[in-house]
Amino acid sequence: MIQIESVTKRYPDGTTAVDNLSLDIPDGSITVLVGPSGCGKTTTLRMVNRMVEPTSGRILLDGSDITEQPVNALRRSMGYVIQNAGLFQHRTIVDNIATVPRMLGWDRRKARERARELMGRVGLDESLARRYPYQLSGGQQQRVGVARALAADPPVLLMDEPFSAVDPIVRKSLQAELLRIQQELGKTIVFVTHDIDEAIKIGDMIAVMRTGGRLAQFAPPDELLSSPADAFVEDFLGTDRGIRRLSFFTSDGLQLTAEPVVAVDADAEQVARATAAGSPYLLLTDAEGKPLGWVAPQDAAGGADKVAVGRLLPYGRPFAAGRESLRDALDCAVLSPTGWAVAVDGEGKVAGVVSQETIGAAIRSAHAEHRDGGGAGRASITKAGAAT
Amino acid sequence: MSIFQFISDFFRDSAHWHGQYGIPHRVLEHLQYSFMALGIAAGIALPAGLITGHTGRGGNALALIATAARALPSYGLLVLMFFWLGIGLTPVMIPLVALAVPPILVTSYEAMRTVDPAPVDAARGMGMGPVAVLFQVELPVALPLILSGLRSAAIQVVSTTAIAAIVSLGGLGRFIIDGLSQRDYEIVVGGATLIVGLALAMIALFWLIGRLAVSPGVRGGR
Repeated sequence: MIQIESVTKRYPDGTTAVDNLSLDIPDGSITVLVGPSGCGKTTTLRMVNRMVEPTSGRILLDGSDITEQPVNALRRSMGYVIQNAGLFQHRTIVDNIATVPRMLGWDRRKARERARELMGRVGLDESLARRYPYQLSGGQQQRVGVARALAADPPVLLMDEPFSAVDPIVRKSLQAELLRIQQELGKTIVFVTHDIDEAIKIGDMIAVMRTGGRLAQFAPPDELLSSPADAFVEDFLGTDRGIRRLSFFTSDGLQLTAEPVVAVDADAEQVARATAAGSPYLLLTDAEGKPLGWVAPQDAAGGADKVAVGRLLPYGRPFAAGRESLRDALDCAVLSPTGWAVAVDGEGKVAGVVSQETIGAAIRSAHAEHRDGGGAGRASITKAGAAT
Repeated sequence: MSIFQFISDFFRDSAHWHGQYGIPHRVLEHLQYSFMALGIAAGIALPAGLITGHTGRGGNALALIATAARALPSYGLLVLMFFWLGIGLTPVMIPLVALAVPPILVTSYEAMRTVDPAPVDAARGMGMGPVAVLFQVELPVALPLILSGLRSAAIQVVSTTAIAAIVSLGGLGRFIIDGLSQRDYEIVVGGATLIVGLALAMIALFWLIGRLAVSPGVRGGR
């Protein structure tokens, strides 16, 4: 555990970058420091590996003061990833990644072997090993930066706005990759970003900091969204935090119905049975059970096979039942012209359909359960959809 | 007589290829003076430029020194030093070193100052010591610019070392000075041609050093 105890950083010109900050960063999870520019988040991170020395206060790593060991030994025990990757352009990719193992005295062959292994882990093709950084895209370079930080298998990873300089699509895949790697490795990660959406997506705990280097709130993302500590945090979170919070509610318990679902070869009798269930629309599926589109019951009265596929209403995008969150389910329902969301299983076959009203009810009961469950309820909150 | 006639006559005369006054010996002398001056200049200017560039401090003072040194006339300085110090290598070395210092100083300062700070920050954050950061992170990237400074210094020094002959030393300047006094223009042109050839050889030499010493990752990235 990293304990930041009443740490203040004041510069000679009088500016206070970090003001009496105390924070317990839990092991094996991702703690995000987030806030507007000038809030001291990067300074805080850089004090953990002593790139910046605090004016007062202390930082403990597993109970002992970080100033007790030689500064370079401390830094070698922590992976460090920065915004533009900061790769050594005169070294090949494999030698970039092998930097810390080489500093720790590994022989070249063993260090390179380890580097190649890590390339696979961060999703880089091994054919890039002998390339130089300028031959890689920004996203690939950032992956190399992460691999380099992981090379000596440090228990702690410090990441300073690692994904800010890449385009949104690449950023999304890097975030997903980080969550996947974290699932495998369980590092203690301190992650700095100015992007609250990124913080909510990847953080297990989020420390919101305000200008002047003070802590505004330290909470898990779900709690941050449901009960911001003050107007600053609320404002920083943005206007749609209610919707965003739904990402933390699983669609597991959602009541799906298969009654309005008919196969494309259904005869008039089967259509009549489905119509009798009272749904305003029927969902047609192909022979494999994959969705084709919605149709009004009267248009299909003569049998589903009589319906021209071109006349079907589009079904929008389906959501993966149980794996995606209530936010995804609601989004699908809102996108659907009929107001019904289509749920599919892992193979893309229709698992059932669900109306906006049913999703609304599920949201209300999730809120209620969460309030009653209190702290215990936190365990049931999943990062559904975050890793996809 | 055309200049090409002079050149071909000069190089074809076998008398010019032997002994203490022959071409090989003069070239060797010329290179000795040049590399000595270049070595001294690099010994002064490289550390000064690298350190100021690395720390980012003293850049203004350095620019001032470089500009002042550039303003010094080599010929005038030589004559002055000769009358002050007498015959010897030192009065020749002083103007040559003064000539070579500014390009080395300015480019090595620039080279260090323009090194991308991100890899340096990453290296320090990974626990690399300051000496290792300098030699393993900054210098390899700054090398092309540093070499270009050494190259211009080398070209200028090789061209100017001819003035050594004015104060009775050897080198290729001998052909020019002696040729002029004897009104033997074949020798003058021959000596001048050899100096041009050596200057071109310097370009080739530094190109080769660049190929061997600069990482393909740095060359390709520019």
